[in-house]
Amino acid sequence: MSGSLPIGALGRLAWRNLWRNYRRTLVMLLAIAVGVWAMIFMTALMRGMVDQMIEDGIAALPGYVQVHHPSYRDDPSIANRIPEPDAAFSAALDTPDVMAWTARVRVPAMVSSERDSRGVTLLGVDPAGEIALGFDTEDIVAGRWLDGPDDSGLVVGRKLLERLETDLGKRVVLMSQDPNNDIADRGFRVVGVYRASLPVLEETFVYAGKTRVQTMLGITAQVSEIAVSGRDYRNVDGLVAAVSAAADSEAEVVPWMELDSYLDSMLRVMDGFVLVWMVVVFVALSFGLVNTLMMAVFERIREFGLMQALGMKPRAIMFQVLLESLMLLTLGLLIGNILAVASVLPLSGGMDLGVVAEGMEMMGAAAVLYPALKTGDVLLANAVVIILGIVTSLLPAWRASRYRPVEAIAKT
Amino acid sequence: MAEIKCVDLCKTYLQGDAEVRALDHVTLDIEPASFICLSGPSGSGKTTLLNAIGGLDELDSGAISIDGERVDRLDGGALADLRLRHIGFVFQSYNLIPVLSARENVEFVMQVQGLPARERSQKARDILREVGLEGMEDRRPAQLSGGQQQRVAVARAIVSQPKLVLADEPTANLDSTSADQLMRLFRDLNDTHGVTFMIATHDERVMRYAKRLIRMQDGKVIGDDLQRPIDR
Ligand SMILES: Nc1ncnc2c1ncn2[C@@H]1O[C@H](COP(=O)(O)OP(=O)(O)O)[C@@H](O)[C@H]1O
Ligand SMILES: [Mg+2]
Repeated sequence: MSGSLPIGALGRLAWRNLWRNYRRTLVMLLAIAVGVWAMIFMTALMRGMVDQMIEDGIAALPGYVQVHHPSYRDDPSIANRIPEPDAAFSAALDTPDVMAWTARVRVPAMVSSERDSRGVTLLGVDPAGEIALGFDTEDIVAGRWLDGPDDSGLVVGRKLLERLETDLGKRVVLMSQDPNNDIADRGFRVVGVYRASLPVLEETFVYAGKTRVQTMLGITAQVSEIAVSGRDYRNVDGLVAAVSAAADSEAEVVPWMELDSYLDSMLRVMDGFVLVWMVVVFVALSFGLVNTLMMAVFERIREFGLMQALGMKPRAIMFQVLLESLMLLTLGLLIGNILAVASVLPLSGGMDLGVVAEGMEMMGAAAVLYPALKTGDVLLANAVVIILGIVTSLLPAWRASRYRPVEAIAKT
Repeated sequence: MAEIKCVDLCKTYLQGDAEVRALDHVTLDIEPASFICLSGPSGSGKTTLLNAIGGLDELDSGAISIDGERVDRLDGGALADLRLRHIGFVFQSYNLIPVLSARENVEFVMQVQGLPARERSQKARDILREVGLEGMEDRRPAQLSGGQQQRVAVARAIVSQPKLVLADEPTANLDSTSADQLMRLFRDLNDTHGVTFMIATHDERVMRYAKRLIRMQDGKVIGDDLQRPIDR
């Protein structure tokens, strides 16, 4: 650029000017650093919370993608069933996108103890497949998990056991409808009790061996759903394609976003909220930034005039002020990023929310929060600060370039 | 070498309600390689005239040309270029960039001109030695006396051999020995390279070096005499 300094000399000039009033610069650096820290740290907490809510939500579905009879979602009765997956299906799902899959019978049922009865969702499962999809045997708080599809036992939630006023080892009766709309019922012994992140889940799902449930309903080699889990819940297009190719052409393949649109909208709202949060923090910062730069410019009116008198172009002066601002922002970002990483990493083992845990549970969140530091969020925070920071600095920089040299020099 | 023509320059300032005629129909013809002193009491319009010729200030009316180019018609960017390539300035006050050392201040203009680093720094050292600041190259303005600062400004004004040097009270902060040294340096550049000098001053010592002495008062030229300057 003619009429300007070479970039090295400009940089040196900007750097020295930055430290001319080092106290003011330090205060501003601190403000930027704390602002960036707040952007990243709070985002990591919110992300952690939402991630967990979504992961829990997906675990309760379960799976990232499910295969059903086309009418199943309108009427989840056993009438709407699909063939149990065969060897060809398993071979087709042997791709890197797929982490695990399992087939399950899933029907509304009534469970009765000698004291009480409740409506539940009966799951006829392959116990190993459930574990592959995310069921954690650590959550079995009494008794045992099912042994296999032939297990004649029943695993129920802690809360349901309370409601039914029954106990481990006792028998309960499950009642549902078979494909001919006739009552199908069968006695099961309670062999295990599980806990879930939410009480409502403990009350809803009861697990039994798949073949036992199939026998009870009078069906063979048929299931209600196939659940498939993948690697990245934010990106399930590949998974949907792989599963669609493998599944029966009449079956319906649905990703989790459609199975639970509330979860999906939560994720979207969160993405929007992160950006809003960052911009809000930046706006708070920007007042300080503009003020600092304006002060720095007003102090140096004569200097800018002198530079112009010596032949430096106005836009080169503007560029110099912008460079100063960029240095300030970059330094503040550096410190802020280090602070953010340093404060999130020690919490990666989880933050016990203790006293507020009950309130969080009501919102559908767990009691332990795992902050999630996402590269994308960190980049976004940095981009917001740099881009909006430069935009904000345009005004002071423009002012600096507008002084007429003679007026500037005449000021004494 | 620069030939300057000023035709009917007028400039009024408003001071409160009063109008001050800083330049009142000034017409001047300045031949190439002139060595001119502008003298006159404080407030007579010397600074205003120098600033107008250097394109730092706008006029109310009149025309200024340097080597045939109408300075008063150039836009900001072209004026900046003109100053950068052809005019050296020494201002009455506030001449230096505070965060740069003496050498960096002298190099500043050459940097903006785009001279290579080695050439710049050699020229800066040489000229600083010539104005008597050897050994002080790395001092910041705040670490220099008023006279030393003035000499840095002079060094910067002449280092890239402009065709015109506009100096406003360049000896204001100098003792008489330094003032004499400086004027000899100016005359040397004028005699050997034909650089045109216009020096505003009310310092009698300075006027003795002038080949042409222009007297101003109340914004008017009241005297314009060729004189036989003392030898340098
Ligand atoms: N920016 C300004 N605003 C108002 N009046 C000014 C300004 N600059 C100069 N003047 C007035 O113009 C007149 C000429 O000033 P100047 O050219 O600085 O004189 P000199 O340099 O000879 O002392 C003076 O009366 C001065 O007060
Ligand atoms: Mg003056």
